[in-house]
Amino acid sequence: MNVSLTVNGQAVTRDVDPRTTLVELLRNHLSLTGTHVGCDTGQCGACTVHLDGRAVKACSVLAGQAQGAQVTTIEGLADGGLHPMQSAFRECHGLQCGFCTPGMVMAAVDLVKRHPDPDEATIRDGLEGNYCRCTGYHNIVRAVRRAAEQM
Amino acid sequence: MYAFEFHRASDIDDALKQLGADDEAQLIAGGQTLLQSLRQRLAMPSTLVDLGGLTELAGIERDGDALNIGAMTRHADVAGAAAVHDAIPALAVLAGGIGDAQVRNMGTLGGSIANNDPAADYPAGLVGLGATVVTTEREIAADDFFTGMFETALGEHELILGVRFPVPRRAGYVKFPQPASRYVLVSVMVAETDEGVRVAVSGAGPCVFRVPEMERALAADFRPEALDGIRVDPGGLNEDLHATPEYRAHLVGVIARRAVAAALS
Repeated sequence: MNVSLTVNGQAVTRDVDPRTTLVELLRNHLSLTGTHVGCDTGQCGACTVHLDGRAVKACSVLAGQAQGAQVTTIEGLADGGLHPMQSAFRECHGLQCGFCTPGMVMAAVDLVKRHPDPDEATIRDGLEGNYCRCTGYHNIVRAVRRAAEQM
Repeated sequence: MYAFEFHRASDIDDALKQLGADDEAQLIAGGQTLLQSLRQRLAMPSTLVDLGGLTELAGIERDGDALNIGAMTRHADVAGAAAVHDAIPALAVLAGGIGDAQVRNMGTLGGSIANNDPAADYPAGLVGLGATVVTTEREIAADDFFTGMFETALGEHELILGVRFPVPRRAGYVKFPQPASRYVLVSVMVAETDEGVRVAVSGAGPCVFRVPEMERALAADFRPEALDGIRVDPGGLNEDLHATPEYRAHLVGVIARRAVAAALS
């Protein structure tokens, strides 16, 4: 089946098997490998992208469900230099191995958009669907707090 | 996943036509449960009929003494809507506690109740608030809609249009989540309505159920203490690696008291 959507501002059409998930479309058909597949069961959030401006788990959305949608991935986040959220993750040491980071950043950007001045509890609650097995979350929370001040 | 065809419905009639043309066709709303079931090969639809394009099924509207919420309304929208906070804040609490932020951005009211997972939040919400499910064919009281584990009164070719929630005098929803999955281990919606007090429990049993003894006690005295001494029979409650029936029965009492306190706060 044909799926047409806009990814990072570019209109794309691909002929895919109906079973193709959005993350498979992005990684395997569009070579956008910045979006990671962690658990592939909707738990870990590594595959988080924005679908029509809202953070979703791209492993838990079929490509067909994104028909006509606007999708933003980690590759489309930065405009020129790093996005403030990316800079804050670097400055606050919000990552170690970096595997969860693209999903964490995309979820955090959506979080700050909804809560421009989030307290720690709001950040921790908002990132409940994103797992990091390295940092213990402390520096991720600091990074989101710092980015919120700059966004 | 087993192979399936995918059809994005253009409107309600198109969705019903697709559903009627093929006995093995299945609707997909947000897909937050269905996709995992497909992945585990627990479901084998011939065609998925996607309701994602049916914007006419999404929306929240206050209509006098009721709040109408469309079947395709995402949990995040219910949780964030001013109309829900004004009319039934307990419902906003419920929707805001489902899954995580990303799941709430995709998952829908209609999808959740059509699936009737015993560990889902909405069944207690609908039954506790005395809601009515509006479908393409009829209106179904929530008490009659949820018929068993993963089973509802919906017919084969019937589509949920939305849910009508009567605005209660006060209501409280409290969830005790299973810590890893965040699904409901036990949750309780308590509501004081014009027709009396309702207490509905998700997670504890194979299907949402009411606790008449608690409803009678709260009708006489709407305070958490009114539930002291009321025991829920563990017979027939769920048993799995997360909790025994006895533990779940105990939790119903604890969470019901907290739900009453939430309704009073």
